Amino acid sequence: MASSIRLQSRLRDGITTVRAIIRHPMETGFHVDEETGKVIPAHYINLVTVKHNGKIILSCDWSRAVSKNPYLSFMFEGAKHGDKLELSWVDIKNNTDSIETLIE
Amino acid sequence: MLRRESLKYLASGTLILISGLLKPITALAKPNKEAFSASDFESALHTYFPGQEITESDQITIGVHPVIENGAVVPLKINSDLPDIESITIFVDKNPNPLIANFDLSPVCKGFISTRIKVQNPSNIYAVVKSNDKVFMTKTFIEVHEGGCG
Repeated sequence: MASSIRLQSRLRDGITTVRAIIRHPMETGFHVDEETGKVIPAHYINLVTVKHNGKIILSCDWSRAVSKNPYLSFMFEGAKHGDKLELSWVDIKNNTDSIETLIE
Repeated sequence: MLRRESLKYLASGTLILISGLLKPITALAKPNKEAFSASDFESALHTYFPGQEITESDQITIGVHPVIENGAVVPLKINSDLPDIESITIFVDKNPNPLIANFDLSPVCKGFISTRIKVQNPSNIYAVVKSNDKVFMTKTFIEVHEGGCG
């Protein structure tokens, strides 16, 4: 199955810019299914972790109010071209996915 | 007897080991659940940053369009040139749960986060930055035409 995560990184002038998009419904639990009339249960990512060469550099705690198909961007220093970058997520149903890329 | 004694030592040793292992994890974890489920801004803020003085700062900027058509997708950029930033936290005061997201930054990270959030009503957006164990914040008001939570 294709990964739920698109992870891009670009190192320029010592600063690595990371951009990620995760495919996920981020259901709030407030929506009603128009066909069945039932509330769609909450289902959202609550933890995102980014590692550089195995070391955690960013840890995110999210609520249901992060938009559907979440977007995340941040910047960090100290990486080299070809270093490993890994992003993983966990949602409230304990589904999880991760991806690894090399810094460009 | 000897066996029982040694078991006791073994057990207490295990306990020490476990508590030693747990310590860094609990130290990292903020009082998450309660703050994330709080339904008003003040209690979310003060549950997440218990007992801490929160100072307004002009060294934090929130990049967001002041008028939003669709509250389901509100692009947001937070920048701060405060030193030694440990975390950036986003609150929306009129959302059903005002605590939106927290980002724990390691020392290699720049004071920058960009993401997209849901905003239900015209609201103040707060960016709270923990820097050198002190807590700073700034806010900006946005108009929302169609709410993004319901």
